[in-house]
Amino acid sequence: MKVDEKQIDHIAALGRLKFTDQQKKIFIGQFSKILEYVEKVKSVDINKIEPLVHTFDQHNVFRPDENKPSLTREQALSNAPEQTKGFFKVPRVIE
Amino acid sequence: MDLYKKTASEIKELVLKKEIKSVEVTEDLFKRIDEVEPKIKAYLTLNKESALAQAKKIDEKIARNEKTGQLAGIPIALKDNLCTEGIKTTCASKILNNFIPPYDASVVKRIKEEDGIIIGKTNLDEFAMGSSTENSAFGPSRNPWDPARVPGGSSGGSAAAIAADLAFLALGSDTGGSIRQPAALSGIVGLKPTYGRVSRYGLVAYASSLDQIGPMTKDVRDAALFLNVLAGQDPADSTSVPLETPDHLEKISRGVKGLKIGVPKEFFVAGLDKEVKESIDQGLKVYEKLGAEISQISLPHTEHGIATYYLIAPSEASSNLARYDGIHYGHQTKSSKGLIDMYSQSRSEGFGDEVKRRIMLGTFSLSSGYYDAYYLRALKVRQLIKQDFDEAFKKVDVIMGPTSPIPAFKFGEKAANPLQMYLCDVFTVTTNLAGLPGISIPCGFTKSSLPIGLQILGRPFDETTLLQTAYAFEQKTEFHKTKPRI
Repeated sequence: MKVDEKQIDHIAALGRLKFTDQQKKIFIGQFSKILEYVEKVKSVDINKIEPLVHTFDQHNVFRPDENKPSLTREQALSNAPEQTKGFFKVPRVIE
Repeated sequence: MDLYKKTASEIKELVLKKEIKSVEVTEDLFKRIDEVEPKIKAYLTLNKESALAQAKKIDEKIARNEKTGQLAGIPIALKDNLCTEGIKTTCASKILNNFIPPYDASVVKRIKEEDGIIIGKTNLDEFAMGSSTENSAFGPSRNPWDPARVPGGSSGGSAAAIAADLAFLALGSDTGGSIRQPAALSGIVGLKPTYGRVSRYGLVAYASSLDQIGPMTKDVRDAALFLNVLAGQDPADSTSVPLETPDHLEKISRGVKGLKIGVPKEFFVAGLDKEVKESIDQGLKVYEKLGAEISQISLPHTEHGIATYYLIAPSEASSNLARYDGIHYGHQTKSSKGLIDMYSQSRSEGFGDEVKRRIMLGTFSLSSGYYDAYYLRALKVRQLIKQDFDEAFKKVDVIMGPTSPIPAFKFGEKAANPLQMYLCDVFTVTTNLAGLPGISIPCGFTKSSLPIGLQILGRPFDETTLLQTAYAFEQKTEFHKTKPRI
C-alpha cells in the first residue's frame, strides 16, 4: 500500500508526532516500502484461526486489596521537567 | 592479575574461597574498562564508586563467614532499559536523557539481594528498537572482534561488554532477538528465557507480549547461574508465571545422548551466509557425535515471521510509548503552543527516527479502517507460527539453526534501509511470537575472524534442556574461550 502525505499527517497526529516537510519526504518512501513488505501477511490463509495475544493461558491475576507503601509525592515528581506546589505543571488548558 | 578474563563462576569461587577479594576483582575490572572502553563504547553510565563500596561490603560479609548470595562479589552490567534506583536510565534515548528512576526493576532487586555488584548501564538501540546499536542516541557500540563492525543489537552494549571482558555477567532484553543476535555477532552466550519466566517489572516496555529479560555471559554455566537468580514469579508482574524455578546448574552436565534435535529447513534458505551455514553444519556434527539424533523438520510459517513481528511489535510500542509526554518525566520542549502541541513537540524532539517509524507503523496498523487487515491479521498469523512450533515439539526436544543469517556487518551497511535491518531478525522473531526460550552460543568463526552463533530453541519453560544442550557443545569445543584481540 502506498501512503500519501495526507495519511502520514493523520497518523502522525494520532501518534502525537510532528515531521518537517523534508523528513516527511524521506519518511513516506520508507514507510511505503515497509507497508508493502508487511502486507505479506495478507497471503496467509487465516480462515477460522483465532488471534494469539498471549502465548500461554492467562487468567486475571488477583491480589489482596491491601494498603502498601508506594512512591512518595516527592519521588513521583522527582523527574518532572516542571512542577508547582506538589503537582505536575502543564500549559494552560482552560481559558 | 588479569582477573577480568575469568568467568563469573570462576570469580565467585575464588571470592568465596577467600583467595581474592571482590574489591580486587572490581578494581581490576575498572582498570580494564579504563583501557578498553574508549575503543568499544559498551557503556552509557559507569557506577564505579558505589560498585566498589558494594564489593567492600561483600568482602566484609565473607570475612565474617556470613551467608552470601548466589552472585556474591560478581560485577554485573545492565542494559540501560532496566530501571535502577538512583542511576540514570536512558534507553539510549534523548527523551530519557536525564531520567533517574525512583525504583529498581525486579531483576535488579534480585541481583542486589544475591550480592551481585552493579558496575554500569550498557548501550542499546533506542528503546531496544534495532539490530546494531546504531539507533542509540548516544552513538553506537563497537564489535570487539572488528571495531568497524556492529556488535549486533539491541543489547549490543551488553554483548560487547562481555566479549571484551568489561563485565562478568550482563543483562539484556529480547523482543525479537535482541539478546541472541548480538550474542551471535559478538561471540558470547545469550539466553532469552520463556515469556513469563523472568519478571519484566522495571524493564522499560517496548512490546509487552514479546519482551523478556535474560542473561548474556561468557559461557553456558554462567548463564545457568544467572538464570537461577532471575527466574521466578514476581507479584509486580502479573505475566510472570507461578512455576518453581529448577536449579539449572544441578543437571547441566547431563549430556545429549538420545536428544532429538530438529533442524527446520526454512532456516537454511537464500540469504544465509555460506560461512555461517558451514559452521552450523559443523555444529550439528558435534551433536551427532555426542549421541543426539538429528532430523529435518518444517516450520512452514517462518517466512511470515518478520512481517508478523513488524506489525505486532510496533503496535504494542505505539501504545507503550504514549507515556512519553514531556510532562511527567523526560525531555520537555522549550517551544510549544499549548498542551497538545507540547506533547507532539517534546516527542518529536526526543525520539529518534527508528522509534518514530515504529510508533507510526503501530499507530497505522491499530487505526480505524486498518486494524482488521493489519494488526488482527498479524495476531492470527502469530497463532499459526506458534502452532508450527507446537507440532515440531511433538517430534523433537530442541530446534537448532543459525541465530543470524549473517555475521557482524559494517556500520552504515544497513542503517540507510530500515527494511534491510529488519530482515536480520528472520531466525529470531518467531521465538518471541511463540513465547519460547532460545539460546545463542558461539559455534565458529568466519575466515576474517568474525564470530558465528548457533541458536537452540526449546519447549516453553524448558530452559533446563536448553542449557544442558548448550553446555554439552561447550565441553567439546573451544569457541567460547577464544578472545578478540583489542
